[in-house]
Amino acid sequence: MEAYRRPGSLAEALALLAAAPAPPLLLAGGTDLYPARAAAEAWMRQERRPVLDLSGLPELAGLEDRGDHWRIGARVTWAAIRDSALPPAFRALQEAATQVGGAQVQNRATLVGNLCNASPAADGVPPLLALDAAIELASPRGLRRLALPEFILGNRRTALAPDEIATALLIPHAAPAARAGFEKLGARSYLVISIVMAAAVIEAEDGRIHRARIALGACSPVALRLPELEVALEGLTLAEAAKAVAPAHLAALSPIDDVRATAEYRREAAAVLLRRLLARLATPAMEVAA
Amino acid sequence: MTRLIVNGAEQVVAAPPEARLSTVLRDGLGLTGTKIGCDAGDCGACTVLVDGAQVCACLVPLGQAEGARVQTVEGLAADPMGAALQHAFQAHGAAQCGYCTPGMLMAAMEVLQASPRPAEAQVMAALGGVLCRCTGYRKIVTAVMEAHRFLDAPAAPLPEAGQAVGARMGRADGWPKLDGREAYGADAAPADALWLRPVRSPHAHARFTLGDTAPLLARHPGLERVLAAADVPGRNGYGIYPDIKDQAVFAEGLVRYRGDVVCALVGTREAVEAVRVEELPLDWEVLPPLAEPGAALAEGAPALHERWPDNVLTTGRVRRGDAAAALAASVHVAEGRWQTSFVEHAYVEPEAGWARRVGDRIEVFASTQAPYMDLEEVAGVLGLPHAAVRIVPTACGGGFGGKLDVAVQPMLAIAAWLLRRSVRATWSRSESMASSTKRHPARIEARAGCDAEGRLTALEFEGIYDTGAYASWGPTVAGRVPAHSTGPYRVPHVRSRARAVLTNNPPSGAFRGFGVPQAAIAQEALWDRLADAAGIDRLEFRLINALRAGDATATGQVIAASAGLPACLEALRPRWAALREEAAAENAAGGPLRHGVGIACMWYGIGNTGMSNPSTMRITLEPGGRLAFHNGAVDIGQGSTTVLLQIAADALGLPASAFALVLGDTDLTADAGKTSASRQTFVSGRAAMEAGLALRDAILLRANAGPEGRLALSDGMLTVDGRPLHLEAPLEGLGRFDPPTVPLDADGQGVPYATYGFAAQIAALAVDTELGTIRLKRIVAAHDVGRAINPLLVEGQIEGGIAQGIGLALMEEYLPGRTENLHDYLIPTVGDVPAIESILIEDPEPLGPYGAKGIGEPALVPTAPAIFSAIRDATGAEINRIPALPHRVLEAIRRKEGAG
Ligand SMILES: Cc1cc2nc3c(=O)[nH]c(=O)nc-3n(C[C@@H](O)[C@@H](O)[C@H](O)COP(=O)(O)OP(=O)(O)OC[C@H]3O[C@@H](n4cnc5c(N)ncnc54)[C@H](O)[C@@H]3O)c2cc1C
Ligand code: FES
Ligand code: FES
Repeated sequence: MEAYRRPGSLAEALALLAAAPAPPLLLAGGTDLYPARAAAEAWMRQERRPVLDLSGLPELAGLEDRGDHWRIGARVTWAAIRDSALPPAFRALQEAATQVGGAQVQNRATLVGNLCNASPAADGVPPLLALDAAIELASPRGLRRLALPEFILGNRRTALAPDEIATALLIPHAAPAARAGFEKLGARSYLVISIVMAAAVIEAEDGRIHRARIALGACSPVALRLPELEVALEGLTLAEAAKAVAPAHLAALSPIDDVRATAEYRREAAAVLLRRLLARLATPAMEVAA
Repeated sequence: MTRLIVNGAEQVVAAPPEARLSTVLRDGLGLTGTKIGCDAGDCGACTVLVDGAQVCACLVPLGQAEGARVQTVEGLAADPMGAALQHAFQAHGAAQCGYCTPGMLMAAMEVLQASPRPAEAQVMAALGGVLCRCTGYRKIVTAVMEAHRFLDAPAAPLPEAGQAVGARMGRADGWPKLDGREAYGADAAPADALWLRPVRSPHAHARFTLGDTAPLLARHPGLERVLAAADVPGRNGYGIYPDIKDQAVFAEGLVRYRGDVVCALVGTREAVEAVRVEELPLDWEVLPPLAEPGAALAEGAPALHERWPDNVLTTGRVRRGDAAAALAASVHVAEGRWQTSFVEHAYVEPEAGWARRVGDRIEVFASTQAPYMDLEEVAGVLGLPHAAVRIVPTACGGGFGGKLDVAVQPMLAIAAWLLRRSVRATWSRSESMASSTKRHPARIEARAGCDAEGRLTALEFEGIYDTGAYASWGPTVAGRVPAHSTGPYRVPHVRSRARAVLTNNPPSGAFRGFGVPQAAIAQEALWDRLADAAGIDRLEFRLINALRAGDATATGQVIAASAGLPACLEALRPRWAALREEAAAENAAGGPLRHGVGIACMWYGIGNTGMSNPSTMRITLEPGGRLAFHNGAVDIGQGSTTVLLQIAADALGLPASAFALVLGDTDLTADAGKTSASRQTFVSGRAAMEAGLALRDAILLRANAGPEGRLALSDGMLTVDGRPLHLEAPLEGLGRFDPPTVPLDADGQGVPYATYGFAAQIAALAVDTELGTIRLKRIVAAHDVGRAINPLLVEGQIEGGIAQGIGLALMEEYLPGRTENLHDYLIPTVGDVPAIESILIEDPEPLGPYGAKGIGEPALVPTAPAIFSAIRDATGAEINRIPALPHRVLEAIRRKEGAG
């Protein structure tokens, strides 16, 4: 393959990918790829891998309601998520969209790129886990769908096969009156990698929770749903939810010490963020929004 | 071939489609107004609009811009709102060094196109992705919000003759920073220049051998030369002190920190960028590093340099009275330990420049704070006489002390000299961060006492400053810290020592405040505790002890005049009371947020410590009427070009607009000394005043006019009291000033500085006691500047200094190899700087021009201690590990709860 190709159709892209002697770099918004390139160049470890630019593929465009699910094309940017009119369950994702990088990054970066990059601190993952999103992958062998936990396997590891391109995210409909939110903790206001982040989508009827989907990021190699907490919340009133968060619900986390925070701090802060998020979702303001 | 529409005109470019749009705009289309600060999306300096949306041009592959509408700063003036925004920036002083400005302007345009009168929150969201290290953002936000007012308002007139000093005049060098014309280190190299790329050590400590480079040169045809230690024509060493040239241009078989230079590749850009590290004939023997001062001071630790067998580079001391006895007799005693981190200057412009050989002379064009020091270093490494070297400072995209040391200069000079070609270089962000100097991490232990009335009795201060692998400004820091360790207070008994200790870390050098900000954290924390112990309000405690004119300092200097700290504190008193009441009211409501108000003071000696540091300024008037101000002081954004012009204009008696400016070129301007130690307004300002007065005297003499004679200059004709004055030969006014000091003796006694800046700041904030996060609400800053020559620019220095103080206090921690970029190393963004109120106190300094002193560094010093004072006020928690990252704050709160 040439150093750079920007095909005009998915079929062409898949053919180029299949024919490439070594796997090319798949390029979307470039907001992970170009910084990585700068870091490598600084220490003379630059690679000149061919680039397959996905930004011209019409099949990857669009954000639409497909009746029983929403489809978010792989070219959809954070800014598009931020600015679109979406059902209340998407609010966690939309709140995340306003906090990813700065406006420049939001204007270019794709949601799917955020997942494919598979950083433990990717802000897109907790809200999408809480939405039970699946990712659609195309290859010459056809399409397959993977639930997010099957797709993101570890720190910077995904189930993407060398001949595959991620085409879209598929999100099942939630109850129309769902409440959702996202909390991000970082050491400055803008352009900050999360120390911890939490997302929740809560469905309630007559003030009682009948389904809660909650995920935490930056506290494990891949963001996690918290099934014990979700079960514990079922049947509680919205107002009771915050108090239900207990240390045992966070047992599956495996936070680490790094330059941003200690592991112990992350575990504590995670519980605080969850309580605050649940408390916020119980406020009347959220109801108005729904 | 890629087709784009740039600023309305169609362009076809031949660059590779994966090339960064920023590179294509700059190198392909010559639109160097778009700046590069990181190539990683982190700084926003490269922000342009693509189809109306702001993007980091460094993250956009050219191929994705095919057919797109690209707007850059160069096209801004054509749009009425763009022009209005430029005027608003100029009027509000929203550009200092100007390096972030093109990105700021373009990011602001995105929001202004949608809402011409945006709310503050909208502006913040739009600018959140552009970093500014100079301004503290507040003036930028105001300028964007007010841009609409400049849509059809005429530009403000410049001050009339005699009215310049004290005027809020826009920068004399402001416009090129707003329209993209300003040429910084990376902007002006000739098109055929070769590129130089250093090869740096990835190890903190290692021996190496560099083998035969011929095969490498053969494999990369565009590669012209690999330069190494043996190629250095003169002395292979540089350093700030004339007798300490300990840092090699190219290491001689041994590297002492990650970032040390092993050799350099010179060739075409493509060739030097293509070489991969494993192609280099380098063999490493990695050695254990001395990672921190404790290890370097340990018994039997190997010496980093033979010259300093105990790894102690310098020890600075001040001894006065008997501190131990006075502490034993004190009614209240407080003590503590503090530890600070490496802090990176993070000027948005990475080091850059170019050099050429002109016959038997070498010319170096680079971003610098100290052209005459560069001249000496370049002469030294080339083994040439000073007269054979010319340094032309380019515009400087921020320095803060970090561009006082040479970076690209010696290497470029060697390459251009040997190859007889123009050679250019620009450090990448990671390279800049790895290799450049840092603020010294300090470990401080201090004890202080007071009597029952709250009068300070004694201070013991012991500071260990990690000075890294090479001397740089380490000796200056070790000397300045003990002289400042009492802060601006009367302390009769003092025992103070600071040691600069060598380690295998990046060299610590000069950074706004030269070690004093670290010391102020300790000293101000002690005063808070003593005030509490004595039952005295924290502001009043400081006022009781504040130095006043006539008082003696710990170095035995009697401060004769211009000691405005009491006035600063008195000006703050009403704000202090009001903010404390507000905090108390908010705390009464309960909840996890605890509100607090803190205070801290500072003093800062202007100019070099007990050493001559003269400046010379020259003003010439030619027979044709050309009035030229030859000013060798480098304006790194702080505003000296404007301030010195205002002083010179009023001294001469002509308006500032009458002058042509001849700026910083060692062939054309005299040595003004370096831009450091807050000295340019005071020292060069006084020289500019003398130059103006001298020229005025010469004119009045020739015109036979009295001392009140009124000068005017129009259409090349000078008149005195309305009568034309014809000149046959040029007239010149020369001014020189060297602040009077007396060197410090072994006990640190002497007159280290001719004058001091004083300040007090209040910080109001809220601590989230569950997360350990801090939300700053307001900073109120009162600064005694002697005389505010330009209040607009003084406020700009205060706001910018406060922003850096916030970074130091709450987020900045450079860890070699780990936070080597601007996404892991955090500096404040537009959302991190709260409202700032500046109060200017003018207690005139008789030696200063029109009474002025300096402001560059003083602004930063009190901010961090005021923040820690407020955290303690809110929660009782003592912050002693800095920066106060959320997990450290939470730990401190827990410690306090455990103890209480
Ligand atoms: C200054 C800055 C700040 C940032 N802040 C945040 C933040 O706050 N939170 C956060 O989560 N992230 C942040 N990021 C990272 C964020 O921008 C990315 O994760 C982004 O969402 C990735 O999308 P992209 O389209 O730019 O991906 P690219 O850089 O183009 O690609 C990213 C990875 O995904 C792969 N990929 C992309 N698309 C596909 C596809 N369709 N099929 C298969 N593989 C694909 C690429 O090969 C690559 O490995 C920041 C980045 C920058 C530069
Ligand atoms: S150079 Fe593009 S964001 Fe820094
Ligand atoms: S003016 Fe913003 S970085 Fe200098």
